[in-house]
Amino acid sequence: MASRSLNQRSLAPWLFLAPGLAMFIVYVIWPIGESLLLSLYDWDGLYNREGEFTGRFVGLANFEELWSDPAFVTSLVNNVIWLALYLLAVPAGLLIAVFLNQSVRGIRLYKSLFFFPFVISQVVVGLIFSWFYAPNFGLFYMIIEWVTGQGVAILAEEKYVTYGIIAAGLWPQIAYVMILYLTGLNNVAPDQVEAARLDGAKGWRMLWYVILPQLRPATFIAVVVTVIGALRSFDLVSIMTTGGPFGSSRVLSFYMYEQALSEYGYRMGYGAAIAVVLFGIMMIFISGFIWKMWRDETER
Amino acid sequence: MVRYARGAMALTAALLLSTAAVAQDKRILKYNADYDPIPLAAMEALIADFEAANPDVDVQLNNFDHEGYKTAIRNFLTADAPDLANWYAGNRMAPFVNAGQFMDVTDVWEANGLNEALASAKASMTIDGKQWGVPYTYYQWGIYFNRDAYKAAGLEAPDGGVTWEQFLANCEAFKAAGIDCLTTGSKALWPVAGIFDYLSLRTNGYEWHMDLTAGKVAWTDDSVKKVFAEFAKLQPYVTANHAAIDWQDAAALLVQGKAANYVMGNFAVGTFKEGGMTNDNLGFMVFPEITPGIPRAEEAPTDTIHIPAGAQNVDDAKKFLAFVASADAQTKLNAALGQLPTNKNSTVAADDPFISAGFESLSSAYALAQFFDRDAPAEMAKAGMEGFQEFMVKPENLDAILERLESVRQRVYQ
Repeated sequence: MASRSLNQRSLAPWLFLAPGLAMFIVYVIWPIGESLLLSLYDWDGLYNREGEFTGRFVGLANFEELWSDPAFVTSLVNNVIWLALYLLAVPAGLLIAVFLNQSVRGIRLYKSLFFFPFVISQVVVGLIFSWFYAPNFGLFYMIIEWVTGQGVAILAEEKYVTYGIIAAGLWPQIAYVMILYLTGLNNVAPDQVEAARLDGAKGWRMLWYVILPQLRPATFIAVVVTVIGALRSFDLVSIMTTGGPFGSSRVLSFYMYEQALSEYGYRMGYGAAIAVVLFGIMMIFISGFIWKMWRDETER
Repeated sequence: MVRYARGAMALTAALLLSTAAVAQDKRILKYNADYDPIPLAAMEALIADFEAANPDVDVQLNNFDHEGYKTAIRNFLTADAPDLANWYAGNRMAPFVNAGQFMDVTDVWEANGLNEALASAKASMTIDGKQWGVPYTYYQWGIYFNRDAYKAAGLEAPDGGVTWEQFLANCEAFKAAGIDCLTTGSKALWPVAGIFDYLSLRTNGYEWHMDLTAGKVAWTDDSVKKVFAEFAKLQPYVTANHAAIDWQDAAALLVQGKAANYVMGNFAVGTFKEGGMTNDNLGFMVFPEITPGIPRAEEAPTDTIHIPAGAQNVDDAKKFLAFVASADAQTKLNAALGQLPTNKNSTVAADDPFISAGFESLSSAYALAQFFDRDAPAEMAKAGMEGFQEFMVKPENLDAILERLESVRQRVYQ
């Protein structure tokens, strides 16, 4: 009897976890290890005729090269800009959610219209914005030309191109954050709002002291998905500029793809080194999030 | 269970019988390729001719998507090597040759007199003094122009070519008329490499250009600056915002007469004509001479077929290469492709002015370059093309660009 309950307590959880764990090890842990290892090699991705690995061990040379590589620095700086500006999606999404959180006739329709950009594929979003910015016939270009007399091709200007792509990325991201907050707002306790109202709270004070604290779980998720979304931005850069003009809109994930897998790349080791750096940056945020979740759970 | 096993055995036996019936008298030749629909039909016709001439060989063409092929070839050469595979000449094949994945086919060249018949393409098929494949088609680059745009600017169409001074003077006139003298769409980078290659070939010559792409010339050298000095003369007349548009968008500018000239490959003729241009208003000329007396070299990217080192049926694969290289097969294949045969004894359709002009231009050329991204190693090519694009947008950054390219050169060719 004792051994049976011991089995139930200690073995059963592991049995239930086993399928997930196996997947996680094969598809997450193992590739991470492979990438870490590969980042120490100089390899063009080819095996020789006997099927042997042809890479050359170079130690940390790939990482040393990264620091003197202007394209890497550009990508890193762009990633920081992405991260900072992408977080604007959180307040913007909250604003729209609060605005839409009312009972007017047909509000469901408006909500779904606001949610629409998130449903569209990133590739389509990229294409729409490329045309929007396109020189000579793009709407944005023509508006600028009409106002200032001189059109600006956002995607051909190294100064503006990253901001242009981020604007495209914010469009669906705001919609995503909005839907997170809308569901959060459904769960706001009406009695607390009522009580606050009796105490004379309204407007910003109501939002800041009464509503927002109740939305904390939604805010947390919104920040997490936005930070991760900013760090793995790839589709839009690839579709809208392929990193151009002259590499000024690259981000780390795109640069990694370029070096390792694109037509002019096949420097597997160098690409893996970029991936390792990106992984390191992501780990800072992810461990922060996990630490916070763990703390919340143990406190309660 | 027994029943299943018996069923499976019966099925296997039936399969074996049916394939045995075919395999009895035919040797299989596996061919991996990446043809678009029109070239695919042309190649299928060539294969049918080959099978008619060699009734005991069965060519199995396994066609890949064009972009996917570039990744797939890296796997199938090792994992499941076919007997024949498509690829490209010049430095593009170097990684596979150096990894021992392509077979030396020098004997095919010698046995079939290809050293003479394919003389113009031989240099680009040679690494370490041996030939590693056979070219079956190429196409010319040059300047395509819109005669209507020339008329609109009050200029004479440059049929037969102009001098470099005249070309630049025309550009000035186009600028006054509000027409882009030279258009390009450099979003995908490679179109600017065509412009640079020609300026380089015309300023310092073919040997120098080959030294540059082989990493033997420093990018900070004065001879490179000479090329960029000519580039700087052209730079103000190129379509603004070219970095934001694709080459097809720039083709539209040429079609609409908003641009006059376009440095392009012959494959663009189809796009120009779809846009409404005809042989009457679309013209072709070779890139003008810059430094007098330098032998005229041209760009002619070459498509090739190779035998992987792991091929099973090498004898028939070599027969196939010899067949593809023959004058008659190339004449027929390229007529269907709308491109140029690499065999100098082949003939081209006289009724297509661009094909005949290209054949004339290439067969009388002193030497042929492949294209910047095929002559230079991949990493140098990418950095170079980004540098050219940056120069065309911000010519004042020249020194920084050249220093960056030089540091890439020192790493890539070490």
